Amino acid sequence: MAKRGSPAPVARRTSLDGLLASKEIVVACGPGGVGKTTTAAAAAAMAAARLGGKVLVLTVDPARRLADALGLEGIGNTERRVPDATFVEAGVKPMGELWAAMLDTKESWDSLIRLHAPDARTREEILSNPLYRNISGRFVQSHDYIAMERLFEIHSDGNYDLIVVDTPPTRNALDFLDAPERMAEFFSSRLLRWLIVPYRSRLVNLASKPFYQIADRILGTQFLEDVAQFFILFQSMYDGFVERARAVHRLMADRRTSFIVVSTLEAVPLREAEFFAQALADRRLHLGAIVLNKVLPDYLRDPQGAALAVKLRDRADELAEALAPEVRSGDASQVRRVLAEVGRSYLDYRVVAQREAEQQAELATVPEALVSVPYFETDVYDLAGLLRLGAQLWGP
Amino acid sequence: MPPVSAAHPPMVGLLDRRLLFVTGKGGVGKTTVAAGLALYAAEHGRRTLVCEVDAKGDVADYFETGPTNFTAREVFPSLWAMSMDTEASLREYLKLSLRVPVVGRIGPLAKAFDFVATAAPGVREILTVGKFCYEVREHHYDLVVVDASATGHIVGQLAAPQAINDLVKVGLIRSQTDWILDILSDAQITGLVIVTTPEEMPVNETIELAGRVATETSVELAAVIVNRVLPELFGRSEEKVFNELCRSPVSAELEKLVGDDPTPVLDAARLAVTLRRTRAEHLERLRHGIDPAVPMMYLPFLFTRLHGLRTLRQVARSLGEELAH
Repeated sequence: MAKRGSPAPVARRTSLDGLLASKEIVVACGPGGVGKTTTAAAAAAMAAARLGGKVLVLTVDPARRLADALGLEGIGNTERRVPDATFVEAGVKPMGELWAAMLDTKESWDSLIRLHAPDARTREEILSNPLYRNISGRFVQSHDYIAMERLFEIHSDGNYDLIVVDTPPTRNALDFLDAPERMAEFFSSRLLRWLIVPYRSRLVNLASKPFYQIADRILGTQFLEDVAQFFILFQSMYDGFVERARAVHRLMADRRTSFIVVSTLEAVPLREAEFFAQALADRRLHLGAIVLNKVLPDYLRDPQGAALAVKLRDRADELAEALAPEVRSGDASQVRRVLAEVGRSYLDYRVVAQREAEQQAELATVPEALVSVPYFETDVYDLAGLLRLGAQLWGP
Repeated sequence: MPPVSAAHPPMVGLLDRRLLFVTGKGGVGKTTVAAGLALYAAEHGRRTLVCEVDAKGDVADYFETGPTNFTAREVFPSLWAMSMDTEASLREYLKLSLRVPVVGRIGPLAKAFDFVATAAPGVREILTVGKFCYEVREHHYDLVVVDASATGHIVGQLAAPQAINDLVKVGLIRSQTDWILDILSDAQITGLVIVTTPEEMPVNETIELAGRVATETSVELAAVIVNRVLPELFGRSEEKVFNELCRSPVSAELEKLVGDDPTPVLDAARLAVTLRRTRAEHLERLRHGIDPAVPMMYLPFLFTRLHGLRTLRQVARSLGEELAH
């Protein structure tokens, strides 16, 4: 079902089981709206069911019904075990344990501050600073960083054999890959020092003068002082933060970590996915697989099917007349409409199926595995659904 | 296609406004709809600016033109395209309102700007939103269509002027937020368009966003546009006929008549019917979750080749039909 139409790559795998059995961290990334969360959850559920061990899915923004199914409603950062009974209901006896946790950005930032703050007073001052609250709640890149940071924390505890992570939707696919690096850069930046020094000493450093002239006029002195105050507080956590950010980065690049890029075969997401795969390669991060969701079935590209659909559409009148005596639930005109519509619909979907097959064949980046998952006729919203989807990710 | 209910209190027509922010969950076709709206407006004689906020170059692709940048360029008669660049926006702003000679100091300024923008959330957002409001205030265009941030970030963007008002007490930025807020909160001028598809997550996010926009921003929700609505193959009684066609003896008779196994074609129709039905349920949920006063428009799924001007013309035509309702 995978590799159809593709130029038969050498030994390219078409499933995720090998990857899930050998890595400690699998990060699902890619464009929004392609089923990233569901794919991550399905992979984790399947790994727990078939491989055994303790498997955690760390998810960002699951659909409500899926969150319910995993018992994630309103639990924030706490890791919860999906009860075996839920598996039994889904008709599976799991080999291992499935755990699930959601990412709460605000809570994760707060615990990071608690970890790094040198003393209780600084800690409280930071937590109550309006700028901090703004940053931890709204600042987009903070979301990306905290996802990786939280992953690092869980991994360091050594409680799980496999952690499958779903990444937050980013403005730019690269944001979260670069987040640890940027966080480290941010704190070691010379500009940060420029920003802090003058308000500390009340002596305007010559080098920073033009900057202040502009900044003062745009933002106002009061605001700049607030900013400076905030960074002075943050400065006290500098070493801890930078060291941590570097460790997070090392973990991403570790051989035990692999990335899967999830996409559909629609033009825009696929282009973004390819861009993403390239970005991973540029950063020497391991691209374990590309997972293509919502792939239309092969029979839509069957040439005989097309010929037949044309017949149904163009000869609906005579076919309906011949068939009508056999049909009990409708008259000849209804039969004609149904035949014509069936033919037309096939030809419509065929255009899309052909375009998508071509796109798949043209996929420039050849990862170790290319997995395609068929269009599911209904939404995935429970463990049974996840396992059904998971079975498509798995080898034969 | 479901009819638009007639009982609504009158709302400002979508294209009678002058500033439209188009948002939507990733992957629902937000850019396509924004570009389609802009094309439709331009075709109907309105001087239109379309701007991409998270520059991916998709708008340029639709108009079969090279990459756009901060300087608007006419890509089609009456239609200008640009992409947002907050640093360029800052430079333009400084030039216009401070007369600060920044040309020689672009390097350090860029770095400093990056820094302040990182430290003070809202600065980037206000430079984005401010630029559009400026274009509206100066009447450079009849209509500005913004291919805005995705649903996750749009509230932050639209609420930024208010947030800045709360954080920054004095200074030039503060004095700017007042007129920006005036434009944003005037429903005669500004409106938000949420693009969605009839699928679970996009519908959830649309309902949630509609609520947040009402409580956290001063911008009016001007329309919800449902993209990729699948065609209905048959009605209820015809579906019975279809079911019979799939079973013997009728299926055997059909095979004899056409001289080939009809299974793939019938399977495809079955898939199409099921997909349509699942989506109809989400559509129903969407209608219940959105204030009935907000116009809802429907764009058909396009069974076409890759996107480009050809696709865009079809989108613009469908939008036109819906707007005429």
